[in-house]
Amino acid sequence: MKLVTGIVKPHKLDEVKAALEAFGVQGMTVSEASGYGRQRGHTEVYRGAEYTVDLVPKVRVEVLVDDADAADVVDVIVKSAQTGRIGDGKVWSVPVDDVVRVRTGEHGVDAL
Amino acid sequence: MDSGDTAWVLASAALVLLMTPGLALFYGGMVRAKSVLNMMMMSFVTIAIVSVLWVLYGYSIAFGGGNALFGDFSMVGLGEALNDATTINGGEYKIPVLVFAMFQLMFAVITPALISGAIADRAKFLGWSVFVTIWVSLVYFPVAHWVFDFGDGDGNGVGLLAGWGVLDFAGGTAVHINAGAAGLALAIVLGKRNGWPKAQFKPHNLPLVLTGAGLLWFGWFGFNAGSALSAGSLAGLAFTNTQVATAAAVLGWLAVEKLRDGHATSLGAASGAVAGLVAITPACAFIVPWSAAVLGLIAGALCALAVGLKYRFGFDDSLDVVGVHLVGGLVGCLYLGFMATERANGAGSASANGLFYGGGAGLLWAQTKGALLVLVYSFVMAAVIGFVIDKTIGFRLNADDQETGVDLVEHAETGYELGTTGSSGYRSSGILGNAKSSLSEQTASTEVSA
Repeated sequence: MKLVTGIVKPHKLDEVKAALEAFGVQGMTVSEASGYGRQRGHTEVYRGAEYTVDLVPKVRVEVLVDDADAADVVDVIVKSAQTGRIGDGKVWSVPVDDVVRVRTGEHGVDAL
Repeated sequence: MDSGDTAWVLASAALVLLMTPGLALFYGGMVRAKSVLNMMMMSFVTIAIVSVLWVLYGYSIAFGGGNALFGDFSMVGLGEALNDATTINGGEYKIPVLVFAMFQLMFAVITPALISGAIADRAKFLGWSVFVTIWVSLVYFPVAHWVFDFGDGDGNGVGLLAGWGVLDFAGGTAVHINAGAAGLALAIVLGKRNGWPKAQFKPHNLPLVLTGAGLLWFGWFGFNAGSALSAGSLAGLAFTNTQVATAAAVLGWLAVEKLRDGHATSLGAASGAVAGLVAITPACAFIVPWSAAVLGLIAGALCALAVGLKYRFGFDDSLDVVGVHLVGGLVGCLYLGFMATERANGAGSASANGLFYGGGAGLLWAQTKGALLVLVYSFVMAAVIGFVIDKTIGFRLNADDQETGVDLVEHAETGYELGTTGSSGYRSSGILGNAKSSLSEQTASTEVSA
C-alpha cells in the first residue's frame, strides 16, 4: 500500500477531488496547509506597505491506495492540479506498513 | 432651561459615550487575534478611569474658571453644580451644568482611548492605566480648558486658544491633534513590536473593524451636532457637514488605495470614514456643506497617504493614530483658516472668515499657532510620562510576552476559544496545548495557572 500526498493550490481542490472520484478512489483526507517551494513565497501590498508572504496557503490531499494504483493516482492529481504557473505544488507517494479500518478492525488492503 | 436643548445634549452625551466601545471594536479588529482583548480593555478601562477623575476634579480643571492655562478647583466633586439650570460658557446655554459636564466627560473619555491604537500588542495594562490617569490630568483637562472654555461671559477664565480666536467646534485640537501627538510619542517611547515592520500584522477581524467604524460614525453625530449645545439650525449644519465630509473621505481613501495598491480595502473604507470624521470635527459648524465635502475628500486622500509615513520614519504607530488623528486633525484645523465663513455660524466672537472668504490671514495664523501648541505640548508631556512609567513600573512588554500574546499575559484570557484539543493558546505563538503545561517555563504560566 502507498500513501499518496498532494500539495495543491486551494482553488484546484474541486477538480482534484472530482478527478480522483472519477478514477475510483473511495476516500481521501483534505487539510489546509501552508508553505513554499522554489518560488519562495510572494510579496503583497497592503495599506501602502509591501509584505513578504513566505508561507503561501495550500491544500493537502491524502489518499491511501493499493501499490498497483499509486503511480496512476499520482498522475491523476498532477493532471487535475496543474495550471503551469509557479506554485502548483508537489505530489509524492510513500510506502505504508499497515492500514486498519477502525469500525471493523480489518487490516491491509481490505481496509482501503 | 430649554427641555429640547437639554434632551438633545443628553442624547448626544450617550452617543459620544458609545464611540469609545465603538473605538474598542475598531481597534480590536485591527490587531492580531492574540491581542484583541487587551486592545478593547485599553478603551474600557479609560471609560472607567476618566469618568471618576472627571467628577472628582477634571471638570473643574477644564471648566471651573481660573486663568487662560488652567481652570480651578471650585467645582471639585461636582457638588456645586447640582442646581444650575443654565451653562455659562462665553454665552448662556439653556441646559443644566451637569448635562454639559456629562457631555464634555465623553470627550475626555475618548481622547486618551484614541492613543491606545499607537501601542497595540505591547503595552502593560497597569502601565497604560497609570498613563491614562496622569496624561488626562496634566494634558487633556488643561487643553480642554484652553480650547473649550469661553469664560464667564465677562472675559474671565477664557482659555488660551479660545482667546486667540482659534476655531475648533468639537475638538480637532483638544481631541484629535492631542491624541495623535501623544500616540506618536508613546509609539516612539515604547518602541516597535517584535518583528515590525518585516512581519505581517494584518487585522484579524475586519467585520469588527467595520462595525466599530459604523458605531463611531453614528456616535459622532453626538460629538459634532451635540457640540451646538442646542437643538437647532447649528446642530443641523454640523450634522449635515459631518455626514457629507465622512462620505467624501471614504471615497478619497478608497481612490488612493485603488490607484496605489490596486485594491480598495474594507480597512481603507473604515479608516477613511474615521479620517473624514476627524477632519470635519473642528470645522463642522464653520463651513458650508459643499466645502465640507471638499474637506472630506482631501482628508481621506491625505490620511491614506500619511499612514505610510511610519514605514519611512520607522515608528510603529500600530493602528495609525498619527496618520488618521494627527494628520486629519491638522487638515481640519488648517482648512478653517481658508474656508471658514461667518455665513455658517453667524458673525460674532464664535465665528470668523477664512482667507478665501475675505478674512485675511489672521484666522489661518491662529489655527496654525493653536494646532502646533497642542501638538508640541501633548507630544512632550506624553513622551515624559510614558518614559517615566516605563522606567519605574514598566510599560513595554518583553519579547517573550509579546509572542505569547498580551491577552494571555496581561489578562489571563483569550479572545476566542475555538480549538477542540486544548485551551488558552494560539497556534501562531506555537502553543498548542493548554497554557498550564506548555507555558511552564515562561513567566506567564504563574499568572495563568494561578
